[in-house]
Amino acid sequence: MVVGHGVRCLSQLAELPELHQMMRQTCRDYAQKELAPIAAQLDKDHKFPAKQVKELGAMGVMAVEVPESLGGAGMDYLAYCLAVEELSRGCASTGVIVSVNNSLYLGPILKFGTEEQKKQWITPFTTGDKVGCFALSEPGNGSDAGAASTLAQQEGDEWVLNGTKAWITNCWDASATVVFATTDKSLKHKGISAFLVPMPHPGLSLGKKEDKLGIRASSTANIILEDCRIPLGNMLGERGMGFKIAMQTLDSGRLGIAAQALGIAQAALDCAADYAHKRTAFGAPIGKLQAIQFKLADMALATESARLLTWRAAMLRDAKKPFTKEAAMAKLAASEAATFVSHQAIQVLGGMGYVTDMPAERHYRDARITEIYEGTSEIQRLVIANNILKEYQQ
Amino acid sequence: MSARVLVGVKRVIDYAVKIRVKPDRTGVVTDGVKHSMNPFCEIAVEEAVKLKEKKLVKEVVAVSCGPQQVQETIRTALAMGADRGIHVEVSGKDYETLGPLQVSKILAALAKKEQADLIILGKQAIDDDCNQTGQMTAALLDWPQGTFASELTFEADKLKVVREIDGGLETIMIKLPAVVTADLRLNTPRYATLPNIMKAKKKKIANVKPADLGVDVSSRLEVLKVDEPPQRQAGVKVETVEDLVGKLKEAGRI
Repeated sequence: MVVGHGVRCLSQLAELPELHQMMRQTCRDYAQKELAPIAAQLDKDHKFPAKQVKELGAMGVMAVEVPESLGGAGMDYLAYCLAVEELSRGCASTGVIVSVNNSLYLGPILKFGTEEQKKQWITPFTTGDKVGCFALSEPGNGSDAGAASTLAQQEGDEWVLNGTKAWITNCWDASATVVFATTDKSLKHKGISAFLVPMPHPGLSLGKKEDKLGIRASSTANIILEDCRIPLGNMLGERGMGFKIAMQTLDSGRLGIAAQALGIAQAALDCAADYAHKRTAFGAPIGKLQAIQFKLADMALATESARLLTWRAAMLRDAKKPFTKEAAMAKLAASEAATFVSHQAIQVLGGMGYVTDMPAERHYRDARITEIYEGTSEIQRLVIANNILKEYQQ
Repeated sequence: MSARVLVGVKRVIDYAVKIRVKPDRTGVVTDGVKHSMNPFCEIAVEEAVKLKEKKLVKEVVAVSCGPQQVQETIRTALAMGADRGIHVEVSGKDYETLGPLQVSKILAALAKKEQADLIILGKQAIDDDCNQTGQMTAALLDWPQGTFASELTFEADKLKVVREIDGGLETIMIKLPAVVTADLRLNTPRYATLPNIMKAKKKKIANVKPADLGVDVSSRLEVLKVDEPPQRQAGVKVETVEDLVGKLKEAGRI
């Protein structure tokens, strides 16, 4: 990796810069004091943590990368990844709410929006009072994003949107969405465009809240568009740019999810390691048994490896270098680490891992989605393979 | 109001850490142990920053005495909203024996040098629980003191301080300049916001040595040994109130 002005070298991965350490600590303190104690109840009640989201907004965490001039914290992507990990360690649902707002909603508008659009659609969403969402997937296509069947037709000075979007995180609590719709069906994926739609809005309705296995405090549902009319000025980027916007947004978004997965893995490891000290069996704390020690070692290794991949991808992005392959590796490693670590954590806890008295079962349920959304593990493997084959192009 | 506030912040072992006594019983293990700002100092910083936000004071200066690491503590105060910091360098043996008398001499000297109108400190540190620095600083400066403050209000050129005392709450009026020590219920310290953490990086921390302030930090106290508290003995359950009274009489407690 090139060492140059503004580019952090790999050796800095060992010791984060002071600024990042401070912000990591503040997020960790907040998560441990304000999120961890309520996470189980939020999960049980499927309750959106509105108060906490506002407090996080006041801290600048809902818009980490947004410049201060637009109301954000003006920090880099590494700082954002650290924030999401620490918050997710306390509550994985809160982690994804923060991640979706930052990466999937604010991200594309920051990158592709006009100055007017940024003022209108970014600034109100930095304070925690409003959150946004990202509507790409449909009942008929998730991984096959290019097959978007939601249509956008121009009628005079309006776009009219028709179709259904599925699995939209935050949608029941959102005040706006970035929607992807086909403007030219013949151009296939090059005929998809991106639009900004306020919520609520005539012609936009929400499906029932999905009853999910995990991350239950964040809402997930369909967005149904029936003759939903928006001004022409609500197109984000150029016509036909939608697929490119979606893919670039997801490249960054997957680092947010990698960070969320790391937080879940770490929380599960915290739980297991603590239990290993306290639980005695065969006359000693179970942490003395090699079977448990090997598990803890593998859990820590998986988490730390994924963490370094995540930090590296974030640093590459901050240095404006290509980071697609590294981001896919980070998301893949972190999500598989989360499921592995949370699975093993239950094993370490034995029967106690299976009941709601301990958080291990919640981590297990929360972890599972990280291998699915924002690019399934299978898609991540394809992205990595494509990049490798390109590197080795004959 | 052109008041300048001096806030003392102490770097202590984090409240959540399990304290272990060193094998040689000269102190507790501090190497590799998590440290943070003393919780009562956080409350002091929060109060000072609130006063600045209410435009009742002009400048908040955070002070800490110790080795290089205390700069982290000062930066945390800056991230909470203090304007600048002063790091009084004390290290090695001097730092191990640093106590309220030396710190209060340092604070008094700084208060004069910086022309401070108000000093806000935590009521005590959670490591030594001395509860002396505020009181000693006020005495050295011959300033009035409002200790164990749970409420602080400016009234013209005076301070109204509500103090938490054993019998309840006591309200006093003291003239500025004064020393106030913060008790638990004075306020709830804020989380440092990300923009403020960024701003903190640019704020200045001045370096000063105790000798520059004319203060001798040598200690008059010698720690003979440090031990764990005695292991808690198991209790005894009794069936009736009579049994309880009987047992207490037996133990000579009543």
